[in-house]
Order: sequence, then structure tokens, then C-alpha cells
Amino acid sequence: MEKILQVNDLHISFDIHAGEVQAVRGVTFDLYKGETLAIVGESGSGKSVTSKALMRLLPTPPSRIKQGEILFEGKDLTKLSEKEMQSIRGAKISMIFQDPMTSLNPTMTIGKQIMEAILKHQKLSKDEARKRAIELLQLVGIKNAELRMKQYPHQFSGGMRQRVVIAIALACNPKILIADEPTTALDVTIQAQILELMKDIQKKLGMSIIFITHDLGVVANMADRVAVMYAGKIVEIGTVDEIFYNPKHPYTWGLLASMPSLDHKDTELYSIPGSPPDLLNPPKGDAFAPRNPYALKIDYELEPPMFQVSDTHYAATWLLHEMAPKVEPPAIVRERMERFADIVARKGGKPRG
Amino acid sequence: MARQKLLEVKNLKQYFPAGRGEVVKAVDGVTFDIYKGETFGLVGESGCGKSTTGRTIIRLYEATDGEVLFNGVNVHGKKSKKELKELNRKMQMIFQDPYASLNPRMTVADIIAEGIDIHGLAKTKEERMQRVYELLETVGLNREHASRYPHEFSGGQRQRIGIARALAVEPEFIIADEPISALDVSIQAQVVNLLKRLQREKGLTYLFIAHDLSMVKYISDRIGVMYFGKMVELAESEELYRNPIHPYTKALLSAIPLPDPETERTRKRIVYDPAQHGYKDGEELEFREITPGHFVLCSEEEYKRYRAMYA
Repeated sequence: MEKILQVNDLHISFDIHAGEVQAVRGVTFDLYKGETLAIVGESGSGKSVTSKALMRLLPTPPSRIKQGEILFEGKDLTKLSEKEMQSIRGAKISMIFQDPMTSLNPTMTIGKQIMEAILKHQKLSKDEARKRAIELLQLVGIKNAELRMKQYPHQFSGGMRQRVVIAIALACNPKILIADEPTTALDVTIQAQILELMKDIQKKLGMSIIFITHDLGVVANMADRVAVMYAGKIVEIGTVDEIFYNPKHPYTWGLLASMPSLDHKDTELYSIPGSPPDLLNPPKGDAFAPRNPYALKIDYELEPPMFQVSDTHYAATWLLHEMAPKVEPPAIVRERMERFADIVARKGGKPRG
Repeated sequence: MARQKLLEVKNLKQYFPAGRGEVVKAVDGVTFDIYKGETFGLVGESGCGKSTTGRTIIRLYEATDGEVLFNGVNVHGKKSKKELKELNRKMQMIFQDPYASLNPRMTVADIIAEGIDIHGLAKTKEERMQRVYELLETVGLNREHASRYPHEFSGGQRQRIGIARALAVEPEFIIADEPISALDVSIQAQVVNLLKRLQREKGLTYLFIAHDLSMVKYISDRIGVMYFGKMVELAESEELYRNPIHPYTKALLSAIPLPDPETERTRKRIVYDPAQHGYKDGEELEFREITPGHFVLCSEEEYKRYRAMYA
């Protein structure tokens, strides 16, 4: 598959009064053409900072890309000037955010806002832009598009607003769409509609999606591949089946086990104790170690490297080292793992790892 | 042992004026009971009236019509200060936003002890602080936290403070309005486990309002589903998930993405259209029992059909 974006060893820090917050501490991943990569993690794990850095949307100061590169179409986005970045942002890479109300301008008609995005990047006349805007509204499933063009954001419901935001993001046929919790503020039935819409449009336009969320249900629904972030690092990355049915990192185990499953009503929910580390002073060794019931001595001393599980699956935990003791994941995770071989076999591959 | 009703909500209505003589029927004739020691889940989409129901029960709003009986005593209507105080002590609330629901200018000790002071539950300063320390430990914080301010805590810790505040007056009944929606997944499990443990230890009764249906199913004994101010279905939580009857409940359940890629690939979403009932004008909709303990809002005709299908 063709790589469309490569992020290599990205480090991002925020310089604040109290010191340096190391929000992203060495993130590496590739994005392939036409795929959906989900980035999951709790607040403060660096998932939003990473995605904003791809668009160069972080204000400097206080933010600073300390190290690393973001390769897109042969260019390193971390090195581009603001002017060069403007020809990429919104045209080749676009982004949608959690709250559709605050991403739209309340004093401008919907039509104008969509046309603005078109006229900024494409050499079209106003009439052509209007036509294109109407097409876009129809593409995102808004009826009476011509009438809706003249309306203001407050005349739309939350789900409809998010459709408008998606229409704006798609205005220039971007290669990459970054969606930062696009459905978190919506009701489940509306969320389901928006997710279906995004998959549908992806099929039609063939773009790649980076989907940022903390909802594992949404991930299972949308993603081809999943990257799990913790304390500014990717701790595990793999295909959606590998992450959900053959997870290797104790943090991923914790996330999966802390969701109530349908048949475990009477058992206590598995919960990850404690809270995420302070990235002003990241702990020595593995940042997850203090919350990790499976932590080894070495976790407090030395950060684990990425161990390869399969061609597509990597995890940063010392448990994968050949000298590590064998441990039993939580029961809910073990049940998932029992299904892995079946699922892989059904897809015609051989189980690995 | 027969289950004892702690709370009876009868035909509760809460209308808000919407200007120009119009009214919004936020809650429009809702009836249900909550038994002692159980967790009753209330689910529905934003704007369906679930939070308003909770707030009206605890008398944050004056009900437009209907009754709320707590231990057989009407919550609404004219009350002496003493009676009100007594009710306020027995019913407490935990809110969604742990940032907005704690006064930033008060120390954690004062926040937690406010109820203790109002109800005169501690005779001396030492006793008051002793209670605060105990409560902090009960919710998994420690006594050093007492002198700090809310901004020094994370979302999950603040929610624990909110829970400690609710527990301070030794209530029987707690209304938890989306208590975990603002928290991260790993922290949600901590708070839910805490709520469950407290229920076991103190015999608390919960009304748990939420839109996250998987968590509601986990925590609730029975669940009510609301749609546009009406309760459309009520059943034990297992039963509701296994045999949803009302088409809206089916649509709602089919829309929840599960953390399971295999089932997600084959998911079929059901869309609810209120017109699909084909109710005639003047047709009487009632909350009817289809199978024991499983109620659905339906017409006479639908009732017969549902009975034939499910009973």
C-alpha cells in the first residue's frame, strides 16, 4: 500500500511558566492511502497535539516542535513556512473538530462559509463555487441544499452542523481528513449517521482519515488500524483486529477491560488505578509503570522499545521481551484473545504472535 | 421479600414557557417507581427530558403536574422549612460536570462539610473534620486533600469530591446526572466501581441518568427509555437489551458502537421514524405491561400485537 504520510520521531513541547511540558515524546507512524487510522488515548495523551501538529495549528510559542519530521508529498511539514503551509492546510489536509458550533462562524451563512474554503484554494468563479458548495451539501446528506446555503449555523441541529463542517473540510478534495473527536458531542443515533456518512464519503473519494477518539466502540466501527497513545507516545499500533483481539500492551488491556462487556454484569469493572503522569516531569522508564499491575523492575528503569508482534503490529512493553515472565491478561482480554485465531483464520490468514 | 418502593413518580409533567404563549413539554406524563436499594437507569438522547425528570424529582424545578412520592411523602407542594430540609438530606445529587459543580473558592473540606453544617450533623469542629476525613477516604481520596481547592484536582478526583459531598448528609437516594460522561474511559471505570461499592455498603438507591448505554446497562437493575418527554419503555436491564420492544429502543440500541470490530462489520442500524406507528387521531397511548415488569408505551392495537409476539 502507498504511504501518504510519514511521521518520524515527533517531539512536541509546550514551554510554560512552570517549565517544559513534553506533550508528544517521540511519535512515529505511517498513514496509508484510503485507510482510516484511529488514534486512541485519554485526555493529555497527546493525540490531539499530534494531529494539530500535522496541520501546524499549534501556536508557537508556547508550542515547539523539538525534533522529528512529518513527510507529506516529499515535503517535511515541520520545515514549511506559514505561507507554504496555507496551500496545504484545508486543501490537501483538512480537519474537523469536536464541537461543530464553535468551528462555524455564527455571523456568516453556511453557503458563504463553504464557498470561502473553495475560493481560497481553487481558481473558480463565484458561480462555479456556489454550484460546488451545493454539490458538497448534497454529498453530506443535507436536503434542500439551495435553501440551506442561505441559512446561518444556529438554524442547523448539532448533527447537521457537523455535516456542514465535513462539507467544508471536503471542499478541496483533501488527501487526508483529520477528525478530532467529531462525534463526541453528538447523540448516539446522530453519531451513527455521521460515522456512516464519513465511511461512505471515504469510499467515494478515497481519502485517508486520521480519526482521534477515546471511544473504543467508535474505533471498532471506523478504523482499519489503531494507534494507542499514552503519555505522549504510541504504546501499541496494529490492525483493528490485532488491537481488539490480540492486544499486547497492558495499557491496551486496561482500556479494553474497563469497558463493561455485555455478559459481565456482576463482576467489578477492571479499572486502571491512579491517573496519567505529569508530562512536566515525565517519569523515568515506562510512563505507564506506576499504574501497571504487570510492571516489571526494568519498567521503572528503562523505557521499552517497540517490539514487533507481526508485520503490522508493534507494542512498547517489556513483557514482549524474550526474558520477560509470562503473565495472564485480565479475563475479558483473554476471552478476546481466544477469538483472535478464529477471526484471522476466517479472513484467510495465519494467526501470528 | 416484597420490594419496597422508595420513590414513586406519577404522571409527572414539567412544562417550560417558550415565549409567545408556547410551552415546551420537557417531561410529559412520566410514571415509574424506584425500589429501595436498586439502581434505576434513565436513558435517551439530549433533549428527551431525562435530566429534567431528575431535577424535578429533587425539586430543583416545581413540577407542572403530577406527583413525586418519596417514602410515601409528596416531594412537591407546600412544605415547612423543616420538612424541606429533611427531604433535602435524604435526596442528593451528583452532577455531570465536575468542573462547574464545585465552588472554586471553597476548600474541599468546606465543600464536603456544607451539608453537614446546614443539617447540624456535627457537634464540634473536630467531629466535622473527622467526618470530612472519613468521607474523603470512603471515596478514595486522602485526608491531606481536605485543605486544597478544586482546581488542584483532576476530573475523576473532582467527581469523587462531588460524591463525598453527596454522601456527607447520609442520604438514602442519589440522583446521578451523567456522572461519568465528562471522564476518560479508564477513570469512568473507577467512578462506576466506587458508586457500586458505596451502594453495597450503604444500601443506597440510585437514579442514574446517562446517554452511554453500555455503562447504564452495567450499573442499572432496571432501565427506562425516554423519547421527547415520554417514557417509551421500561424493563429490567438484561431484558431491555435482549428483547427491546418499542421501535425507538431498538433504534437506540442499534446505534451504539460496541468495542468489537467483528460485530461492527455486520452492524445493521435501525432507524426510528415516529410516523411508523401510524397512530390515528385520538388514539389513546398508554404505558402497558407486555411481559411481567416490561412496560411499553403503545396503543391498544400495538399492545395486542406486542403481547402476541413477546408474551
